[in-house]
Amino acid sequence: MLSGIQLFPEEASTFAPKVDALYFFLVAVSAFFVVLIAGMLLFFAIKYRRRSPNEVGAPIHGGLLLETVWTVIPLLIAMVMFVWAADLYFQAYKPPKGPAINVYVLAKQWMWKFQHMDGQREINELHIPVDQRIKLIMTSQDVIHSFFVPDFRVKMDVLPGRYRTLWFEATRVGTYHLFCSQYCGTGHSRMTGEVIVMTPEAYAAWKAGGVSGDTMATAGEKLFTNLACVTCHNAQSGARGPILTGLFNQKVALTGGHPVVADDAYLRQSIMNPGSQVVAGYQPIMPTYQGLVNEEQLLDLIEYIKTLKAMPAVPTVTTSEPDGRAVPKSSARSLPVAPSAQR
Amino acid sequence: MTTAVLPRENYLNTDYRLRSWLLTTDHKRICILYLLTITMFFAIGGAFATMIRLSLVNPAGTLVSDETYNKLFTMHGIIMVFFFLVPSIPATLGNFLIPMMIGAKDVAFPKLNLASWYIFVTGGCFTLWALISGGVDTGWTFYTPFSTLSSNTNVSLAAIGIFIAGFASILTGLNFMVTIHRMRAPGMTWFRMPLFLWSMYATSLIMVLGTPVLAITLLLVAAERVLHLGIFDPSRGGDPVLFQHLFWFYSHPAVYIMIVPGMGVTSELIAAFSRKRIFGYEFVAFASLAIAVLGFLVWGHHLFVAGLSIYSAMVFSLLSYLVAIPSAIKVFNWTATLYKGSVSYATPMLYAFGFIWMFTIGGLTGLFLAALGLDVHVHDTYFVIAHFHYIMVGGAIMGYLGGLHYWWPKMTGRLYPEGWAKLGALTIFLGFNLTFFPQFILGYMGMPRRYHVYPPEFQALNVLSSAGASVLGIGYLIPLVYLLWSLKYGPIAGDNPWGAKGLEWTTTSPPPTHNFAVTPIVTEPAYNYAGEQEESRVG
Repeated sequence: MLSGIQLFPEEASTFAPKVDALYFFLVAVSAFFVVLIAGMLLFFAIKYRRRSPNEVGAPIHGGLLLETVWTVIPLLIAMVMFVWAADLYFQAYKPPKGPAINVYVLAKQWMWKFQHMDGQREINELHIPVDQRIKLIMTSQDVIHSFFVPDFRVKMDVLPGRYRTLWFEATRVGTYHLFCSQYCGTGHSRMTGEVIVMTPEAYAAWKAGGVSGDTMATAGEKLFTNLACVTCHNAQSGARGPILTGLFNQKVALTGGHPVVADDAYLRQSIMNPGSQVVAGYQPIMPTYQGLVNEEQLLDLIEYIKTLKAMPAVPTVTTSEPDGRAVPKSSARSLPVAPSAQR
Repeated sequence: MTTAVLPRENYLNTDYRLRSWLLTTDHKRICILYLLTITMFFAIGGAFATMIRLSLVNPAGTLVSDETYNKLFTMHGIIMVFFFLVPSIPATLGNFLIPMMIGAKDVAFPKLNLASWYIFVTGGCFTLWALISGGVDTGWTFYTPFSTLSSNTNVSLAAIGIFIAGFASILTGLNFMVTIHRMRAPGMTWFRMPLFLWSMYATSLIMVLGTPVLAITLLLVAAERVLHLGIFDPSRGGDPVLFQHLFWFYSHPAVYIMIVPGMGVTSELIAAFSRKRIFGYEFVAFASLAIAVLGFLVWGHHLFVAGLSIYSAMVFSLLSYLVAIPSAIKVFNWTATLYKGSVSYATPMLYAFGFIWMFTIGGLTGLFLAALGLDVHVHDTYFVIAHFHYIMVGGAIMGYLGGLHYWWPKMTGRLYPEGWAKLGALTIFLGFNLTFFPQFILGYMGMPRRYHVYPPEFQALNVLSSAGASVLGIGYLIPLVYLLWSLKYGPIAGDNPWGAKGLEWTTTSPPPTHNFAVTPIVTEPAYNYAGEQEESRVG
């Protein structure tokens, strides 16, 4: 049994050796100071032990030089730690540009759901290829959870109502623990899973065998039609709703003048609470879809919107009304509104 | 001291009736009331800890259900933090010693002092009621939206209990600050005060400024549960992370409420048992204030993985490193004090050594958590558990027990048995390290906190930790037994059994109700063991 005791986590991501290097530096500094202080305490305590009942200590008040030394040296060491660690944090929490495999993560009491672009859906298991950048776009359906893979040295809280992006690159094939590390209620310690890192070939085979339905974008497109989103967002200039083609990651001007970037969080917010950020030039007429779409469907919808790449510009005609608002010439206005409009 | 007798009249024997205790405005009797109350809370919190450690011996967690386990660690945290650690040193030793150390008859507002105890007990009753009527399962941190939307336990009741107890804290802090400002005996200048008073002043400052924020936050949680305000509910446009900002704005400084008094006690112990002035008195004094002030600016380091912008995380990390410096200054100064001292190994000094050990390890591992990229890995793991237990249990309780032993002869007039006391101190020290050191390793391996069931590879270290906890439990029982024994059978202590400096040692043990026969006049600096004439000192 003793041979099975493991005292250090595996290094299974590009990030792990970097975190460990910083960790060992801190362990070394700490060990040095513990030995220094404990050693001095012990040495003084023995050397200057009380030898007669009425003995008193020497009249020493202090020393400015010593105070300066033991203020400045720890401060300098602390600043080294600070800069080193901040740099690591930036690497971990600022996803790099460039190609990556995107996976959507939905946390809920008490399970992890994963949705791959190509339609694979998994619960408490995440299959990924080795040596490739993985980007997780994470949200929670209920309370705060935290995505934690110790062997990758990555962790990020997963929040309801927000999308957060975590990235990593696994370097070793194997199966690794996934923990929820933010307390989330009764089944918190059972909200665990596995990250299965596979060779590229095995991953390709898994992908080919695992599709259970539509890709996310296709599922999103169906929803887009079924929920009658298309009624207003009909890609025609002058429609009631803004054009969504090529929208993702673009700057959008809102009523009130603040431009925002149309990222996942913006799209989500626009579907769940449309009145909070109306695109300049449009009326706040869109109803909320809260309660009509669940978090998974939201992810599908967003993924669909992301796939709407800019097409060759179609010439359209609009007239300007006195208030400067673009109004359509088409008859889109007469189309039925989404069924939820009256809710 | 062969014919030593207890003073004929002292604060303990003026009146034996229950009402004379329940209506007392004597700060020394109020200290005793707090001492009894928080000892009871410590026992309750300790019982929960025992259950937790027992359950964790088995990775499958078969001893209790998930619900029970979650309630156990929640109630352990709530009781230990709000009803033991926060009041521990200030409400007991602080109450007893602040007036005595400055040469006053009592605190500035004696009736308010008694009211504080009643408020504390009322808050405690609410929390115990929440516990008996089903418990709470949110963790002591009450994170939203779990606490507001998901948990169906007695969250509001427990929150109200802590809300009420908070006022005891505020009023005690206020009382102490006014006392230190207004009640000092003639000649007792700020820089002649014992360092314990500086630390109590810094602590009081945090209590007065920080606790109202906790009160507001808990009230918002209760209001959100009852009235569904939506402040923390994302589906109504609220922000659950806002709670964490508010909560830690108090609760990080609260860590200093727990540790700074322990630092103050340690300064007294080191001075008394090396019979020497504390090296760099002014630096140690101002370090307390620096910690109190900087402590308010570092709450964000609890949110590094929670959704801060990376730039604000960077600022919080930097500030967290800065707050470590005054703590380091204190440790170095204590160590330097021993140089050319007359070092005694009496029990309180053993606790002081224990404090420095625990605090050094606890403080250094704090640097790991302030390190942004490293915190990402160790956040919310057992590494954090080990770190704050080294500070709050290792540090704060070592300080508390050390102080209790040092001033026990003053409080009771009797000495405890030295041999047993040394055995107790050693047992606690070993038990504590055995319990919590393995948890650093466990945390770096990745075991998350608040886990009832866990993968089997974590079992060995958990068993080791639980074994340590049983040693620690025995360690705590030893002083409980011999201190009670000493009340009746302990040798008579005399006024100053340690040959220590400080006004509290110039009066009888136990002191009379008004502390001093005549108001003392102070003519020398603190810790003047060498009998120096005060020169025009720098500082």
